[in-house]
Amino acid sequence: MFKENKGLPTRDAYGEEILALGKENPDIYVVDCDIGKSCKTLGFAAELPNQHINVGIAEQNACGVAAGLATCGKIPFVTTYAVFGSMRMSEQIRQEACYPKLNVKIACSHGGLTPANDGASHQGIEDMGILRTIPNMTVIMGGDFYSTKKLVRAAAKWDGPVYLRFTRDAIPFIYDENEEFEIGKAKLIKDGADITIIANGDILSVAYKAVDKLEESGISVRFLDMHTIKPIDVDAVKESIEKTGNIITVEDHNIINGLGSAVCEISAEMGKGIVKRVGIQDKFGESAPYERLLEKNGITVENIVEIAKNLLK
Amino acid sequence: MNSQITVDELKAQAKVVRKTLLDMIHTAQSGHPGGSLSATDLMTAVYFREMNLDPENPKWDDRDRFVLSKGHVCPVLYTCLSLRGYFDTQVLKTLRKEGSILQGHPDMKRCPGVDISTGSLGQGLSTAVGMALRAKRDNKSYRVFVLVGDGESNEGQIWEAVQTAVKYELDNLVIIVDNNGLQNDGCCCDIMPTGDLAKKFDAFGCEVQSIDGHKMEEIVEALDNIRGKNNKKPHCIVAKTVKGKGVSFMENVVAWHGMAPNDEQFEQAIKDVEGGF
Repeated sequence: MFKENKGLPTRDAYGEEILALGKENPDIYVVDCDIGKSCKTLGFAAELPNQHINVGIAEQNACGVAAGLATCGKIPFVTTYAVFGSMRMSEQIRQEACYPKLNVKIACSHGGLTPANDGASHQGIEDMGILRTIPNMTVIMGGDFYSTKKLVRAAAKWDGPVYLRFTRDAIPFIYDENEEFEIGKAKLIKDGADITIIANGDILSVAYKAVDKLEESGISVRFLDMHTIKPIDVDAVKESIEKTGNIITVEDHNIINGLGSAVCEISAEMGKGIVKRVGIQDKFGESAPYERLLEKNGITVENIVEIAKNLLK
Repeated sequence: MNSQITVDELKAQAKVVRKTLLDMIHTAQSGHPGGSLSATDLMTAVYFREMNLDPENPKWDDRDRFVLSKGHVCPVLYTCLSLRGYFDTQVLKTLRKEGSILQGHPDMKRCPGVDISTGSLGQGLSTAVGMALRAKRDNKSYRVFVLVGDGESNEGQIWEAVQTAVKYELDNLVIIVDNNGLQNDGCCCDIMPTGDLAKKFDAFGCEVQSIDGHKMEEIVEALDNIRGKNNKKPHCIVAKTVKGKGVSFMENVVAWHGMAPNDEQFEQAIKDVEGGF
């Protein structure tokens, strides 16, 4: 059962964990792009100045500088917002991080619709899909504060480039601080027999509430946190299809090429299962309260419940 | 650093580099001769005199680094690496062939001696800044040399990288601009005028020298001026060069940016280089 709570922003989790990692390992670097205040790296900058670089508002250069550092054994975390970290420097990531498979980590706050009031220019809704397409890239979004901390730590250890996406605002705690997470391995929050709900990121708690409602009405739900959309946990998806046949994916990302698409690819290749995708309806956001933006895209408990019930009719 | 090598020896070496890279491109029937030839004298001085390298140990952490930001002129880089002993010269015949370590643009994971993969213009200088920054942070004495094209400087990222080099006082970074005046579609003056590149780099805060990039004496002197100079400014050599230098029919001809010579042209090209055209 989901326990209602306010939680914390996952960008705060990044700020805490990257500082801890930097203190443990002098090879951990942060390359900032003048939004360290927003991305919670000012503590790192103040405490570990020798491991911190601020290139100013120059994201493309940030990626290149990080790649140069990585060739010398450093583990740089380029830190910016999701829109810029996935699109402004997309080709730099491809050429200088992914092609040579260097240890460049791209750490981005303001994922999805979470920077709601900032409007469409700042809402990174395509990022995970774009980066999922580049060979050698790993793409991750933690579903709460503590899982994000664990995944940031795992990313630092991972051999190769990683894209990490965080929320601007607080999202509820789902896990306790001792829960372990592994890149590429879905977290089975709850097993069930009738339908599977696969969610990630800030929307995990919304999906969780839908799971509870469905359970209340007698539907047995299998519930997965797919924090890593690449490499996606193929076995977990296949098992879900075998066990429940029906899957609903829920994500704060364009329904094109994100979590839902990744799950559909597996289902299609198996020739089995029905997948319904809940997510951003291939349209730009606007300045509005976060919940309103979710509502306009059907990313709500009610909609997920309705889709599930229709699938099981 | 090999201070024993003389200017005359470097000039002779440059001839060998020119002939070898022309042979490579002719064999492959693909590649970029124009910019390779404009960069040859600069690259020869850097690779055969200036840089501190150990070809037996390409990943040696204290080595000087080289970044070919204008990655398409890799035939000159591959030639220098091979002649310095990173791999057998026979391998040069595999340029752009399937399975070759000599990809169409440099691949650090395949080719020993390549410090970073390049090919997408505008990006190499940023990586060189990262390498130079690391040397400063870890108190390493190695230097980073980077070859940038004038056409390449159309890319805004070049100037982002220069700002970063200046901010972090990277006097261990040597930016060499191959100012041959031509780019893919024509003269830089028509496609995108570069203006006075020396003034631009100076205005950004670099220590700039302007030289003739085909006069070995001037190249060596410029590099001598930089060595050991810890003045907290990134160094920049703006080298006036000629695209296709050394081959009569290639000099200043845009078409030779990315075209391979046929048998007859190759024969003539070798004669031109040997005759000291």
